[in-house]
Amino acid sequence: MLIGYFTEQPYRGVTEEQVLRHGSYFGISNRNFDAKLGSDLYNEYLDEYVYAEKLGFDALCLNEHHGNPFCMSACLNITAAMLATRTEKAKLVMIGNPLPAHRNPLRVAEEIAQIDLVSRGRVVAGWVRGSGPEQFFNNANPAYNREMFEEAHDFIVQAWTRPGPWRYEGKHFHYRHVNPWVLPYQKPIPPTFIPGVLSMETIEWAAQHNYPYLGLGTSLAPTAELWEKYADLVADRGFQAGPENFAYLGMVSVGDTEEEAVELARNFLFAHGNRLFARAEHTLPAGFNSENAIRRMSTQVSGAWLGLNREKIMGEDLGKKDLTAEDVEKAHREIDVALENMRKNYQIIAGTAEQVKERIETILRVARPGAFVFMNIQGDVSGDRRRKNMRLIAEDVIPHMRKVAEELDLTSQYDVRPGSRMLAPGETRQQVCFPEYLKAREAA
Amino acid sequence: MVEVAERIVEEQIRIDSANLVLLKGGSGKPLLILHDELGFPGWMGWNDTLAASREQVIPLQPGFGRSERIEWLRDYRDLAVHYARLVRQLGGPIDVIGFSAGAYIAAEMAVIDPSLFNKMVLVGPLGVRPTKGQIFDFLAVTVRTHVAATVSKQDAPEFTQIYGGKMDSDQFLLFEFARAETSRLGWEPFMFDPALPHLLAGVPNETLIIRGTDDIICPEGCVDVYARSLTNATVSVIEGVGHRPEIEAPETFVSLVQNFLK
Repeated sequence: MLIGYFTEQPYRGVTEEQVLRHGSYFGISNRNFDAKLGSDLYNEYLDEYVYAEKLGFDALCLNEHHGNPFCMSACLNITAAMLATRTEKAKLVMIGNPLPAHRNPLRVAEEIAQIDLVSRGRVVAGWVRGSGPEQFFNNANPAYNREMFEEAHDFIVQAWTRPGPWRYEGKHFHYRHVNPWVLPYQKPIPPTFIPGVLSMETIEWAAQHNYPYLGLGTSLAPTAELWEKYADLVADRGFQAGPENFAYLGMVSVGDTEEEAVELARNFLFAHGNRLFARAEHTLPAGFNSENAIRRMSTQVSGAWLGLNREKIMGEDLGKKDLTAEDVEKAHREIDVALENMRKNYQIIAGTAEQVKERIETILRVARPGAFVFMNIQGDVSGDRRRKNMRLIAEDVIPHMRKVAEELDLTSQYDVRPGSRMLAPGETRQQVCFPEYLKAREAA
Repeated sequence: MVEVAERIVEEQIRIDSANLVLLKGGSGKPLLILHDELGFPGWMGWNDTLAASREQVIPLQPGFGRSERIEWLRDYRDLAVHYARLVRQLGGPIDVIGFSAGAYIAAEMAVIDPSLFNKMVLVGPLGVRPTKGQIFDFLAVTVRTHVAATVSKQDAPEFTQIYGGKMDSDQFLLFEFARAETSRLGWEPFMFDPALPHLLAGVPNETLIIRGTDDIICPEGCVDVYARSLTNATVSVIEGVGHRPEIEAPETFVSLVQNFLK
């Protein structure tokens, strides 16, 4: 099992009220940015990643967002490059590069190859479409997002594997001289993760390429359901999916007491967390989602996708200039309810080390992922408390996880190459997840 | 939408390999109507008034949910060339009214071949970089906000009739299809063609440009560019209305159009 450490690298200088008033993290004016604080935080987060390696995390997971205090990391390749020289053995997992937003896949191919070389083959190159706000920020046409994602990916793989120089005339990208001098250290291409929030189209695409799928803080039961669909798709192509095809990211908070851990976990939902990542109009720009996805969203009565629901997508823009104390109180009550639900769904795992061990063991026994990523706290939490969380996870939780992983044979893509378990003609695939274990636990 | 199915006939016409849905209503000399970026809103009072003297021919833009999407259309120039074939198939020079992005399409068609049109009416025309201000970024707001921004009087009777009440899933989907296709064609640069002002200088057609004084979608600077670039254009400004003068001031609008198209 591969165990990773991840943080969104939150900018800790905005208040909940600022986010609630604006209606989202994305779009808060950068006049609120303090360069001194930003400098301190960047260095603190880099130190945290180095500390994670020392604590025994196998992988340092990095992402990026743009124009957003929710996540200060604006260029994950730069962070990965810095960590390549400051760490020695941890994998540098990119979850992931938003290809349509970059708009220059040849440049991305060169950057990642350079990092893979400097780190002597420690890169895991993850790809994402990028969320709606990334399209706005980078002026990447949302209506061509999936097309650009797929074309950029295919181009990068070619750029890494097909001897140059050659010419490329695609639909969205054009190059007259493809011959990147630096190529990845790992052959034929670095290992890959495809992170997602359970979009069926992304799961299908990952299965089609035998890429492991990483569920980003997704509820356990639907995750297990969709991973079986992934396994079906892989089986249609003649392979048995294994733990190496799956990874799970959980938001984890450990405390000396349950109360302390839950209070800390509340910060995952600082100003509603992901739910206010961006307003409806930025989360779902025109043409960003497939026709089928839009159709589903427009008819579903309840439920939410990235904080969006039918009312919001059909409603007016958010934002409250006259935020009252009552509004803030209401938001806090909603956050309490959301926290409880997310704990129930295994998206947030909070408790003493013993409680967290038990919850994570359930995830491992139900979803059987070959990789598990711990996401550290959001919100305005001190560096010391963040590090205490990391230390408690590393010292008191991870050793138990490794034992369970060994018992269940939870192989990562470093143990077994995804797509290498062949099914014999006519052989039925085995189930990959075990929701019956979850039901039994819940009944108990 | 206004239910007036009995007054209009729906036809399908094949252009190249794509089917295009055409709505036709009224009788008399044909008049091409190019709807805006939100799609055909329905047959309205002004259509009824004109129907006595003109047969209105309304293509439903490819990709907007009714006419099939055409994969190779990448910008408004492509669409204009496609629509130019439509006009030729319809039998040649025709008068045209274009609304907002529809006016942009009409302008692109005119620069491709001025002989496609007799007279042109451009209402709140997008398509050029305004000398002052910016085209409202309606792709950065929800569809409900976009629709509301098109008028200065949300209590205008026809606006309430067309867009009032709760948005149902079918209408939402049509809007989303329209916005997605608009994004494909007009995302960058946003809803204008930098070459268009230069090319418009070669368009001799008599043109009427109509704009509401409270239009926040199409800034006055767009109208300035059209008025300066076209050799034979006049501008009519309607006081106190927004981007939809045909909805907010239908009588004034129809009167202007009828006088001009006489």
